[in-house]
Amino acid sequence: MNYIVDRRLNSKKKSTVNRQRFLRRYKHHIKKAVSDAVDKRSITDMEKGEKVSIPGKDISEPIFHHGSGGSNTRVHPGNDKFSQGDHIRRPQQPQGQGGNSGASDSGDGMDDFAFQITQEEFLNFLFEDLELPNLIKRQLTGADEFEFKRAGFSDEGSPGKINIVRSLRSANLRRIALTGKKRKRVKILLSEIEALESKNNESHDDNEIQALKKELDELQRKIKRVPWLDDFDLKYNLHAKHPVPSSRAVMFCIMDVSGSMDRQKKDIAKRFFLLLYLFLQRNYERTEVVFIRHHTSAKEVSEQEFFYDRETGGTIVSSSLHLMNEILNERYPASQWNIYGAQASDGDNWQDDSANCYRVLTEQLLPKLQYFSYLEITNRDHQDLWSTYEKVLQDFPKTFAMKQLVDASDIYPVFRELFQKKVQ
Amino acid sequence: MTRGEPISTESEWTFELLERYNEEIAKIAKEFGLDTYPNQIEVISSEQMMDAYSAVGMPIGYNHWSYGKQFLSVEQSYKRGQMGLAYEIVINSDPCIAYLMEENTMTMQALVIAHACYGHNSFFKGNYLFRTWTDAKSIIDYLVFAKNYITKCEERRGVDNVEAILDSCHAIMNHGVDRYKRPYPLSPQEERDRQQERELHLQKQVNDLWRTIPVSESNDKDATPKRFPKEPQENLLYFIEKNAPLLKPWEREIVRIVRKVAQYFYPQRQTQVMNEGWACFWHHFILNTLYDRGLVTEGFMIEFLKSHSGVVYQPPYNSQHFSGINPYTLGFSMMTDIRRICDNPTEEDKEWFPDIAGSEWSQTLDFAMRNFKDESFILQYLSPHLMRELKLFAILDDDENEDIEVMAIHDDAGYRKVRETLAAQYNIGNREPNIQVYDVDIRGDRSLTLHHTRFNRKPLEEESSCEVLKHIHRLWGFDVRLHSLQNNELKQSFTCPPSIEDDQK
Repeated sequence: MNYIVDRRLNSKKKSTVNRQRFLRRYKHHIKKAVSDAVDKRSITDMEKGEKVSIPGKDISEPIFHHGSGGSNTRVHPGNDKFSQGDHIRRPQQPQGQGGNSGASDSGDGMDDFAFQITQEEFLNFLFEDLELPNLIKRQLTGADEFEFKRAGFSDEGSPGKINIVRSLRSANLRRIALTGKKRKRVKILLSEIEALESKNNESHDDNEIQALKKELDELQRKIKRVPWLDDFDLKYNLHAKHPVPSSRAVMFCIMDVSGSMDRQKKDIAKRFFLLLYLFLQRNYERTEVVFIRHHTSAKEVSEQEFFYDRETGGTIVSSSLHLMNEILNERYPASQWNIYGAQASDGDNWQDDSANCYRVLTEQLLPKLQYFSYLEITNRDHQDLWSTYEKVLQDFPKTFAMKQLVDASDIYPVFRELFQKKVQ
Repeated sequence: MTRGEPISTESEWTFELLERYNEEIAKIAKEFGLDTYPNQIEVISSEQMMDAYSAVGMPIGYNHWSYGKQFLSVEQSYKRGQMGLAYEIVINSDPCIAYLMEENTMTMQALVIAHACYGHNSFFKGNYLFRTWTDAKSIIDYLVFAKNYITKCEERRGVDNVEAILDSCHAIMNHGVDRYKRPYPLSPQEERDRQQERELHLQKQVNDLWRTIPVSESNDKDATPKRFPKEPQENLLYFIEKNAPLLKPWEREIVRIVRKVAQYFYPQRQTQVMNEGWACFWHHFILNTLYDRGLVTEGFMIEFLKSHSGVVYQPPYNSQHFSGINPYTLGFSMMTDIRRICDNPTEEDKEWFPDIAGSEWSQTLDFAMRNFKDESFILQYLSPHLMRELKLFAILDDDENEDIEVMAIHDDAGYRKVRETLAAQYNIGNREPNIQVYDVDIRGDRSLTLHHTRFNRKPLEEESSCEVLKHIHRLWGFDVRLHSLQNNELKQSFTCPPSIEDDQK
């Protein structure tokens, strides 16, 4: 007997579990590779997987085997010049003398184990253990999505939705209820008749038996007349319409583009914004981004302009906060949107402006915001703006965060720190 | 035999054509007396082939990270184009399952059917090692049982705990076979039914061994201190399963599962040359017969021969492609050579192989297939003719000598030596360290002592031995020592956990 089977349509993902087991086991290595990658990669690159390599030594599965040394014999094919008794010089290989000195612990000869993880896995590792601060699904946006959910049973409905089990059960109940008395009486009658019939041999009380039998017939006819299934037994599955909540978030990127912010600082800021964006995207169904840049005055711009246009001037931070507030009021009512803000600056500000910033932030913005983070990209001493923001931090410790960045390698650690899962 | 019409002329295959080819191949196989299990031929895609690869030849495997690692590396090198996938995988089961890749051409499918479904299949059914060590009927059911059991353990005990035990068992998987005792046949039904009973029973045995209640004095006095086990045990997994003091019943069951799987693969490790040689011989023979009967075209044969010669190519020792002796070449050449000796023996053959020269070739081959393993097969059948053809030479690399010596070459003085050396190369006992359970300190600290008996003065590789010892320690639960002995002289010694003196060194 021979069978030929087409298995091509079977799932191909038989190894998925094993693959995940492997990733799980080497989480530590992969995480490191991922966070290294974040530092090295350009921003447009973020949306793809990553090559991870793990030192072969760490993932080898040890077994007992012979080391070098001792007396070994081997047979080789293709003899072209040897005859018995010839001596051949040993090929110079890192075997060393005596065997086990240098070769074993340097571990060469064992290649790194390299493999690819998918973008999904990459981002999972990237954002693992992170949590959006105050993540709330606010507002059900528009009534455009509904879904039908089960909502119990009803006595009315279309025939297609008849619930057979329920219907039959209620028919059964009804039949039991309507015939209970009669069936009890039938039982009694039966036993009486039997009793009489057994006595029958002695006395001939036929009439009595006849009467009882008549009653019995009558009762049984009545029991039969109860319908097996009645209109009001029918039960229908009920489905109710539920709006599907869809959450959305808007993220404000605010950046200082005054003369003191050079290319490198902008780049650092950009990466931070990007991480934040990816992060929000994974947590909300819809994420919008608003870019605001400012020097002495603030302006809403496209992403391209935001990162790459050159402009210089003085610095008035509050202008951007005002603009953000305006945009919020116009387009993103706080009742419907989860609002996040991230501001990057080198810490410069016009002397008298910091007080303004404090006011706008604490009075207007922060009450509406989910989270606002301030990044100071500088290696100098803190200036006025920092101390002002420190005051804000005291007032709003939950929704406000501030950190200082010095170079690109700080980005990811700072990001993690800002969004770390809070241990309750 | 009249010449028929070719079955197909296109390179595309269809299921109808597969059936046709299979029928014709089956006919020829039957004519020449191949006895096979029923075939279950499964057509799969390349992704599925990668899955099959990573399961190291088990159609159903329990989950373990090492298979994931295997999968990732296969996937990686396949995607980079560094390697092609095998055309087929065949599983020793009844019915015999063979996977064909859908990308293969019609010729390749026919080749694979002849190779796997009739070559390997009949080898699995006929060879004495497979008959003794594996039970083709129940292996699939057993693997299902094993997978379910391990999944259940993972649910109840946590993935990490199960993984740790599996890691440790895998480390000594090669030492999980009794080489000289025949195992009980596997019965999955029984495995399931008696699994709980066995848990209790096993635990009881272990408890007996580790009884701490003092025995009455009189017994103790005249008892000379006995070693336990009485004789050294080579099956480490079995010893641990039965005697490790701290293992929980479910852990013992897992040790047992790994041991059973190891046992299933044991014959395959010892018959690679023969198994591949047999399969290659038969696909070569069957396809040529198909051609002789006019059932396949010249184009078909050219494609087949190109692939075939690629498989059985043996690069010489000084080629950059050389990586040891190609088992396909050696096996195929030997099988073909045996047929030659039967059909057209030379004077030399008559002298070397008086009992088979001139005999009926298919019966002689059948006998060879059934009753040998690689080592004994080579020792018995490697002919001077073939040694000359392959230009085999044997070298001795002894660390006490300054240089490598050529011990023997393919000439009258050397045939026997070359043959012996080559055969020894396929002896598992020589290839893998011989490690046995020597002693357990039952009355004392319960430490386990293993002995490595050196073969040809070969030492143990230190780093990996330390690692493996850690795994054994995890299973055993108390100190584990490993001594490497050469003529009863202690050469190397490992301890886990490392003793303080070792640390100071």
